[in-house]
Amino acid sequence: MDTMRDRFIATATRLLDEDPRLAVVLAEISRDGFDEAARRHPDRLINVGIREQLLIGVGGGLALAGVRPIVHTFAAFLVERPFEQVKLDFGHQGVGGVLVSAGGSYDWPAGGFTHMAPGDVALMDTLDGWAVHVPGHPDEAEALLRHAAAGDGRDYVRLSLQSNSRARPLIPAEGRTGTGTGTGFRAGFATVREGRGAVVIAVGPMLDNVLAATEGLDTTVLYATTVRPFDGEALRRAVAALTGDAADVVLVEPYLAGTSTAAANDALPTTPHRVLGLGVARRELRAYGELADHLAGHGLDPRSLRERITTFLAR
Amino acid sequence: MPSTSGTSGTSSVPAEPARLMALMTGAEKHGPAATSTLDALWVLYDRVLRVSPAEADAPGRDRFLLSKGHGPMAYYAVLAAKGFFAEELLPGFGSYGSPLGHHPDRTLVPGVEIGSGSLGHGLPLAVGSVLGLRARGLAGPRVWVLIGDAELDEGSNHEAIAYAGPAGLEQLHTLVIDNSSATHGWPGGIASRFEAAGWSAETVDGRDHEAMYAAFTAPHPGRPRAVVARVEPKSPS
Repeated sequence: MDTMRDRFIATATRLLDEDPRLAVVLAEISRDGFDEAARRHPDRLINVGIREQLLIGVGGGLALAGVRPIVHTFAAFLVERPFEQVKLDFGHQGVGGVLVSAGGSYDWPAGGFTHMAPGDVALMDTLDGWAVHVPGHPDEAEALLRHAAAGDGRDYVRLSLQSNSRARPLIPAEGRTGTGTGTGFRAGFATVREGRGAVVIAVGPMLDNVLAATEGLDTTVLYATTVRPFDGEALRRAVAALTGDAADVVLVEPYLAGTSTAAANDALPTTPHRVLGLGVARRELRAYGELADHLAGHGLDPRSLRERITTFLAR
Repeated sequence: MPSTSGTSGTSSVPAEPARLMALMTGAEKHGPAATSTLDALWVLYDRVLRVSPAEADAPGRDRFLLSKGHGPMAYYAVLAAKGFFAEELLPGFGSYGSPLGHHPDRTLVPGVEIGSGSLGHGLPLAVGSVLGLRARGLAGPRVWVLIGDAELDEGSNHEAIAYAGPAGLEQLHTLVIDNSSATHGWPGGIASRFEAAGWSAETVDGRDHEAMYAAFTAPHPGRPRAVVARVEPKSPS
C-alpha cells in the first residue's frame, strides 16, 4: 500500500492539472516526487529551498495574489518552526491555504526528537479558523486533501505513516458550513461501534488500536478524521445514548495527549461527564527504534490502551 | 480624490501628507519611524505605483506592502492624500473604534495590502505575491515592499532575498529605508547584500525625490530590484 505522503504527491500532482487556481509550495522535502509536476507546471510548483519561514510567507503571498497554496513539509518545520508566519501570514491577513504535513509524532523514530511534532495540533488549536484533518488511511488523506483544495478556508492536513488497515467513508458533519466560504464540507465523527457504557473517540490512525483495545467492552467508538471543527453534535448524540448518571468520554489522539480535551468538555457544557485524554506524552522518550516502539512507549498500543481505558471506566 | 499639493521633484517634505500626518497623535515614539518613510512613500504613490482607490482590488494593480508596520502615520497620510479613505479617520488613530492602528490591518483599511507590525513578514509575502501573479499569468503588476534597515536583521528577510535573486523575480521591488537603526549595522552596506544574491540594487538619498524616482523606475531585466533610501539616523530613543 502507498503511504499517505505518496498519495499526497500523486493527488496534488493531479490537482495541479485539474485546477489552475492551485499551487504547491515546497521546502525541498518531497521535491523528487514532484519532478513531473514541476515540469508540467513550472509556475505552480514552487520549491523555495530549505527555508521554512519563506515557505509559509510565500504561501500567504500566493493567497493574497488569488492563488490557493498547498504548502508542504515535515510537521516540525511546517507548524512549529515558522509558527508566527502561520499565525500572521494566513490568519491575520484573512486569507486561506492548505498546509500538508508529514512525519507526524514519530514517523521516523530513528531520526529522533528533532523530526517529531506531537504538539502540532495543539499549536494550531491556538489559532482561529483552521480546520484540522487527521486521516487514518491514504484513501482518506486523498479525499480530505481534495475537499480542502476545493475550498478556500484554512486547512491543516496531518499525514502520517501510521495507518488503519482499511479506509472509512467520510461523512459530512451535520450543520457545518466550514471555516471559509468554500465547499463547506467538513467530515463529521463517524460511529464505528455502539455501546452504552462509554464513548471512545479515535482520531485518525488510532482507530485500529482503539477497536482492538475496546473489543468486548460496552463502548461506543466514534472515528474522527476532521478534528477541528470538533464534531460536538456527534459526541452529544453518542453521550445521550449512554446509561448511567455521568458520561465517560475517552479521547485517543495520535499527537499530544489532551489536545482535544477542552473541545470535548466544551461540547458537553450541561452534561455531567468525565474525559480521559490519551495521546503522546510531553516527555521525550529519548529513544530511537520503530514506530511500534513509540506507540508502546506512550501507552498507545492496544494492550496499554485497554488497560488505561478499563482502569478509567472502573473508577 | 482630494487634491494633492505634494512637492514631487523637490527635496522638501510634501505638504499635504505632512499636514495629514499631524492629525494623528498618540504614537510619538513611532514618529521618527514614520517621518523616515514619508518622502519615499510619497514618490511611490504620487509617481510610480499604478494603483488608485478605484482599482484597489483590481488583479492588475501594483501592490505596495508596508512590512515595517510600526510608525504607519506617513503611510496613512499618503493613503488619505490619495483618496483611499477620508482624512476624517486620521484623528481617531489608535482608538478602539478606528480602523487605523499603530500597526496597519489589511482587513480594516482600504488600500492596505498586508497587516504588518511584526518585522520580517512583508518580503516573504511579497515574494509569494509575485509568484502568485506569475502563476495567474499577470506579468504587468509590480510588487513593492518597504522594510527598515533594522528590520533586515530578521532572518526571514534573508530567506526571501536569497531565493528571489536566483528565481529572477523581476516584478519584485524592495525599498529599504535606512536610518541607521540596526544595532550591529551592515558592514559592506545594505545594497551589497542584495547584489550578492543576484538583485539589482542602488543606494540613494531618501529625501531626494528625483533621485528616488530615478532609482525606483530604473530597468532591471530578469532581476528583482532593491533601492536603499538613506535618511538621517534615528535620534536616540
